[in-house]
Amino acid sequence: MKRIPLIVFAILVAFLLIGLTLKPKEIPSPFIGKQAPSFNLNILNQTGNFEPKSMLGQVWLLNVWASWCTSCREEHPLLVELSKQKLVPMIGLNYKDQDVAAAKWLRDLGDPYDLSVIDAKGRVGIDYGVYGVPETFVIDQTGKIVHKHIGPLTPAALNKDILPLITKLRS
Amino acid sequence: MIVLNLTKFKLIALHLVAFKQISFHIFSQRKMTAVLSKLSLLSVATFLSMAALAQSPTNIIAQPLVKDPVLEAKVMEISKDLRCLVCQNETIAGSHADLAVDLRQQVKEQLEAGKTQSEIMQYMVDRYGDFILYNPRIKSSTLVLWGGPFVLMLLGFWALRAHVKQQNKLETLVVLDQQDLSQARAMLEAQAPFKKDIG
Repeated sequence: MKRIPLIVFAILVAFLLIGLTLKPKEIPSPFIGKQAPSFNLNILNQTGNFEPKSMLGQVWLLNVWASWCTSCREEHPLLVELSKQKLVPMIGLNYKDQDVAAAKWLRDLGDPYDLSVIDAKGRVGIDYGVYGVPETFVIDQTGKIVHKHIGPLTPAALNKDILPLITKLRS
Repeated sequence: MIVLNLTKFKLIALHLVAFKQISFHIFSQRKMTAVLSKLSLLSVATFLSMAALAQSPTNIIAQPLVKDPVLEAKVMEISKDLRCLVCQNETIAGSHADLAVDLRQQVKEQLEAGKTQSEIMQYMVDRYGDFILYNPRIKSSTLVLWGGPFVLMLLGFWALRAHVKQQNKLETLVVLDQQDLSQARAMLEAQAPFKKDIG
């Protein structure tokens, strides 16, 4: 009986320790395993438009970015590096941005995307449950979202999660 | 808001006074203590203004999006049940974050299109998951959340009952008979001279 307060305290400590390892900023996406929402948006710096269904049959990345987003600047060199390796097609979703600013960003920092589409009002962003730019979705051959990375991509996330996942999806 | 703005002006003025006095003291080579006291005044002013600035956004409901007051009230009512995903402890009704403004706009447009409240809630959950609900749904994964407090309360009652029972048992054990009492009295009397010495 005398040990009960100690046991209660230990349980409390265990809960708090687990709490320290959780990331409340990373909200689980309800889209994992579901079909990627369709859209039809104009392409940045080009005439014409893009629909996700044109990517059916291949694994691809959808990266949400904006020129006003400082974390995007952080992940950008990694994206440029990734695009040079030509491992996976990458489509940019230019989220709530201005075309001129977005074009300048790509000119100045390099354009890692196969193409970027313009989501000026952020409506497609809402359809994809975007709440913090940058976000990266991995979409499989059947058009299903299989993975979502919230926040700037890191070499660790890329090498440990995303690239192995792409290899697995292709095999 | 006006009151708050006035206090902000006062605080800025206080800063300016403190700066002026500090520079005056430094340049006139007065005692260091005077400089230090003014520095502390400055830090207090800084702290107060930080507190005032930090307070301001949370309690204010964001500006209305529409002129129709009935629709606006409905938008706000629904928004109060939706969590802002950027600043997670605020509702979409109370947040100034860009996304919250966009989502309020969504709520408004869908209401105008004749959607019901539950349809709008489902639209949000489909995109952002259960996390967006300020009032979590009762289901297997939220059972601990809803049931936990009651389980804890029952455990508390059980512990309290066990404790009270034990206390009662102890009390019955500590009944002294006449012999114990006289023994105790004798011991106390024997100790008495000691007490006086110490005193």
